[in-house]
Amino acid sequence: MSFQRQVQNQMAFMDHQPPTWISAAAITAILLLWEFSCRVGGISALFLPSPTAIVAAGYEMLQSGELLTNVAASLLRIGLGFITGSTVGILLGLILGFSSIADAVGNPIVHALYPVPKLALLPLIILWLGIGELSKVTIISLGVFFPVIINTYSGVKNIDPLLIKVAVSFKTSRTNIISKVILPGALPVIFAGLKLAAGTALLLLVAAEMIAAKEGIGAMILHYGDLMLTDKLMAGVVILSLLGLVFNRSLHWLERLVITWKQ
Amino acid sequence: MQVVIENVGKKFQSSRGDVTALENIDLTINEQEFVVLVGPSGCGKSTLLSMVGGLLSPTSGRIVVKDLIEDRDPLIGIVFQEIGLFPWRTVYENIKFGLEEMNLAAGEVNKRVDHFIRLVGLNGFEPAYPHQLSGGMRQRVGIARALAIQPDLLLMDEPFSALDAQSRTLMQEELLRIWYQTKLSTLYVTHNIAEAIYLADRVVVLSRRPGRIASIISIDLPKFDRDKGTNLFKFNSYCDQVWQLIRKDAQLALEEGDEQ
Repeated sequence: MSFQRQVQNQMAFMDHQPPTWISAAAITAILLLWEFSCRVGGISALFLPSPTAIVAAGYEMLQSGELLTNVAASLLRIGLGFITGSTVGILLGLILGFSSIADAVGNPIVHALYPVPKLALLPLIILWLGIGELSKVTIISLGVFFPVIINTYSGVKNIDPLLIKVAVSFKTSRTNIISKVILPGALPVIFAGLKLAAGTALLLLVAAEMIAAKEGIGAMILHYGDLMLTDKLMAGVVILSLLGLVFNRSLHWLERLVITWKQ
Repeated sequence: MQVVIENVGKKFQSSRGDVTALENIDLTINEQEFVVLVGPSGCGKSTLLSMVGGLLSPTSGRIVVKDLIEDRDPLIGIVFQEIGLFPWRTVYENIKFGLEEMNLAAGEVNKRVDHFIRLVGLNGFEPAYPHQLSGGMRQRVGIARALAIQPDLLLMDEPFSALDAQSRTLMQEELLRIWYQTKLSTLYVTHNIAEAIYLADRVVVLSRRPGRIASIISIDLPKFDRDKGTNLFKFNSYCDQVWQLIRKDAQLALEEGDEQ
């Protein structure tokens, strides 16, 4: 008596690809369920407005122009804050990573300040810079600065020392080593830091606007919350979600534009 | 041009006290000479090469480049074992790297890069990134990059040891062909004895702990086809001669493990 078995690929489960439409289908299903529960299930519109109600409210706000004014105010703040914070973060991160003196001086300071929730500094910053735009931009750039400097620093530290050796063997100057070897070598990690910072920036934007602003998405959401106009409040939340998505996608796009050498 | 290594020694500090990596090294690399350093692992052959390349300072002795045509620092092209291509630069840009620091006219730079791309047989691969190339092709880029600065001295640190055996054989033949067109003074490090005999004008055998010159053997064979036909017998006896010099040290290295 003898038996025979065909050898099966035990790794097949790893290769299984879900169909592409499944993500869209899941979201549609959730939205439909939500709409259905609101209409039939008797959930009060005050607590959870239906998706269609939110879209309608959003459209109304768009027509009245208030959506655009608020979004524009927020975009300006987050844009300025993000650019300032990330530029300074990248520059200082490169210096800290490359120069051992700068590292010895700067590293303890950065790590002492990093764990402080930046929002806790808002009252102090308002005291210093006033309640205007400057204090909001500053708090956002502070929040962006830390993840960017820390990632840039570790990106520099993780560069293959062989590449620096190669550059030295060709008698490359110090500044060119930074611009031609260290900066491109650290870029992938720098971008990871920028994406991390995008989340922080959004958080600080909304918080700062809720505390001290007349315009902006944060202020708008707080305003409609006070008025218990939940559909308009939710429209603001949806805008925030879209803003975060756009932010992340643009960084992703920029990364692929700059880092052309990866697969 | 001549590179004179005078009584060079190198000590490293470790947790168990000083380790003498190299001691009493006296060696001259002559104009148009291909010198191969061969030895068991841990004999300090790569350390010696790094010191000649100015990437490490000797603890004692000195290294002098004599009879330079111009009064300037010698140009030294180094080919590394792990190659060290910049992943963000294309083949063309990698080969251009060393030339960018030399204040040459743009036309001259392009001409030189094109010349060396053709020399190593990479025409058509100019816009490729390193990750798109095979190991052998990557090392061709590494060689072209080192040659493009038209160095006074070429240093090669086990350039083919990361390649598979077949690519390695082909690259050795290729290197001989390229070398014959430039005839650069070359210091080449390897642990592969056949490779050393195949390439060298002189083979320098290093012993281990501390690294000293055990023997210098001039290879009296034609430059090409050393491992073929009537040359083969002599080739093999050279290999055996070097192996007998290294064998005991290699055995010890195997037992102790690599502590580098």
